[in-house]
Amino acid sequence: MVVGGSIVYGYAGRILHVDLTTGKVHTEPLSEELARKYIGGIGLGIRLLLEHCPQGVDPFSPENPLILTTGPLSGTMAPTGGNGHAFVAKSPQSYGVGEAKSHGHFGTELKRAGYDAVIIKGKAEKPVYLWIDDDSVQILDAKHLWGKSPAETEDAIREELGDYYIRVASIGPAGEKLVRIAAIINDKTRAAGRTGMGAVMGSKNLKAIAVRGTKDVQVADLEGFQEFVKMMHERMKGPATRKYRTLGTPLNVLVHNALHVMPVRNYNNAHFEAAEKVSGEELNRRFVAKIIGCNSCAMRCEHICVVPEGPYKGTVTRMEYEPLWALGPYCGIDRLDAIIKAMDLCNYYGMDSISAGVIVAFAMDCYENGILTKEDFGGIEANFGNHEALVQLIDKMGRREGIGDILAEGVKRAAEKIGKGSEKLAQHIKGVEVTGYDLRALKTCALGFAVSFRGADHNRHGSYGFDIKGKFDRLKYEKGRAKFVKDMEDQYTIIDSLIVCKFGRGTYYEGFEDFAKLYTLTTGIQVTAEEMRLTGERINNIARLFNVREGLGRKDDHLPWKVMNHPIPDEGPSKGAYVSKEELDMMLDDYYEVRGWTREGIPTLEKLRELGLEEFADIVKAKIGQGA
Amino acid sequence: MAAIHERRFVSADPEKCVGCAVCEYACSMKKENVFNPLKSRIRVVRIHPLINISLTCRLCEDPPCVAACPRDALTQSEENGIILVDEDKCNGCGWCIEACDYGAITLHPDKKVVFVCDLCDGDPECVKWCPEEALDFVTSDVLAQKARITAVKRLFVEALKTVPYV
Repeated sequence: MVVGGSIVYGYAGRILHVDLTTGKVHTEPLSEELARKYIGGIGLGIRLLLEHCPQGVDPFSPENPLILTTGPLSGTMAPTGGNGHAFVAKSPQSYGVGEAKSHGHFGTELKRAGYDAVIIKGKAEKPVYLWIDDDSVQILDAKHLWGKSPAETEDAIREELGDYYIRVASIGPAGEKLVRIAAIINDKTRAAGRTGMGAVMGSKNLKAIAVRGTKDVQVADLEGFQEFVKMMHERMKGPATRKYRTLGTPLNVLVHNALHVMPVRNYNNAHFEAAEKVSGEELNRRFVAKIIGCNSCAMRCEHICVVPEGPYKGTVTRMEYEPLWALGPYCGIDRLDAIIKAMDLCNYYGMDSISAGVIVAFAMDCYENGILTKEDFGGIEANFGNHEALVQLIDKMGRREGIGDILAEGVKRAAEKIGKGSEKLAQHIKGVEVTGYDLRALKTCALGFAVSFRGADHNRHGSYGFDIKGKFDRLKYEKGRAKFVKDMEDQYTIIDSLIVCKFGRGTYYEGFEDFAKLYTLTTGIQVTAEEMRLTGERINNIARLFNVREGLGRKDDHLPWKVMNHPIPDEGPSKGAYVSKEELDMMLDDYYEVRGWTREGIPTLEKLRELGLEEFADIVKAKIGQGA
Repeated sequence: MAAIHERRFVSADPEKCVGCAVCEYACSMKKENVFNPLKSRIRVVRIHPLINISLTCRLCEDPPCVAACPRDALTQSEENGIILVDEDKCNGCGWCIEACDYGAITLHPDKKVVFVCDLCDGDPECVKWCPEEALDFVTSDVLAQKARITAVKRLFVEALKTVPYV
């Protein structure tokens, strides 16, 4: 709803522009059209990226904008919706759309300060941090913070500005050194982790964004909103969130392992013989000290682990399945205390823990194959399973020391530098490292990964669910499944644009109907379930448009080398599985058809018209003219 | 004395509180129709991921906030122990804020007078909303009973294994 020229409910109604080169800041109103068409979060972020990022710029160029967004629910009591924020920029890993969300307490504070989006351009001459104190925006010196971890930075900023309730999102040493997997971390353990957003921030000499907001956040229909929230609270006590409330995502370890769909030792295996030792059950029994919650959440999931004894005694960190898998089984590591330590180091340096683990496993594979030697590693015997090597390699990567300088480039670029066939060991899609689902034996999931607009990722579609829960034959791709992947993608973009937590996705029993209802109650902008679905599709299409504009196409919707060339060797339920070239082609043809794109994966003019995206027709005209 | 012991207030169980701040939202929604922790009468504090707790007025016996007020703007209800603020007398000087050991009484960001938990007419909204059931509306006697039971259970860990129904 618009009052006096600005949106008043849910949204703050303002976009903040910051130019770090000139030091100038200004605000502009958020139009209702932009809000309605792109919601917020990654939707609004990617739309703004298309407008503010010139074609073909280097991701580390001052021209690449770092865009921070909240969702319309941020700052309200909507369960898990009150707390989200997203970062969007051109990715230094994929050179296409980079985006990462995080939860905690930062997004809610930014909304109360009165902003739906912050667009940061340019590059500061020296290290600085941004201090957003309601309407006052200052660029302050960060020389004394350079080199500190995100957690140390957060404490230091609170101390010097003298307000405990300040929330901080910052980079660590990895972001400063342009480690391409660098994350932006808030509330000490929450990361906007994937696609290298921290490196983009580092390239701007921007150490941190500190926020304090004191304004009211209002919703359009308080009574209806309250009823809806009450219903969601009840649903969140039920089976849809049980996993997250009890063992947490590490429950996946034994589930994936039993099906032989957990990539192990850099995709050499799909089954881990020591899975019991690193299971979610074991983690909870020995290490989980408390489960805490994000702002406005009614289910809480954050399993805080403490190492009580041994060489890593005293380490405290959050743990989820993905980092546990990447830093554990994927590196052949069977010690939870070492995995927790490695996770803590990723937070310390400010790196995506998934990619960090995958890179270490790549390095270990290179070592075992004689591609890299002990000398290359500075004396480390980097065998699979060596937990000391894991910890040391993460240290080196975070500091870009020795071999770490090459590994900090991510597996794709590291393999290009190392050569000697190492590219076959580099498990990535579009330059972004794989996650903990063996794509050889989860073929609906494989399609989702191949076409994900931010590279290898389970969180753009969640289509592993079809395979793992047995809806489809996971070992064989059949035409017609792309429809299901597309529907999931369209839902997931809405989830990331409203910014609600994916752990709560099961509580939206009515899907788009629930999303539309929550959106309308909050903002007063009337939206139907069908419009919401179309918006989900629109957001996937603008992401694709950005990638197409930057030169990505069908060739980039690929799968990692081992997924297509190294069948699962383990005796058991997935033995012999891999994805052939023919199968991948069938998947892509199926998917592009369902999306209404050309055979080369370019959105058609008809599709753009259908989605109200005519303003971007030039992007596809150029490509389709070339015969795509 | 009996009347004091019957007074109930809102207390958070540190074992159960997860720091989600739902109580803050519930309070500002109920009292001011907006979402804003600065307008909440209960506040959550997270000092470390492992250290979370919500704090609000404890309805102290002989409350220091009342004693500290130089303008007699604060009184304690004899009926239920809540702190009553005379908004005409209060000038926002903050002596009561300094006197409170729990940070429970604070300055309202718009009205510029102090405000504090009033127990929502005996049915606190935050307690109803707390998803962890970490908030209780209790008397100090009940809190003491709970503490005693917890302490005794810790003393008899072995015995409890044989009597699972305690």
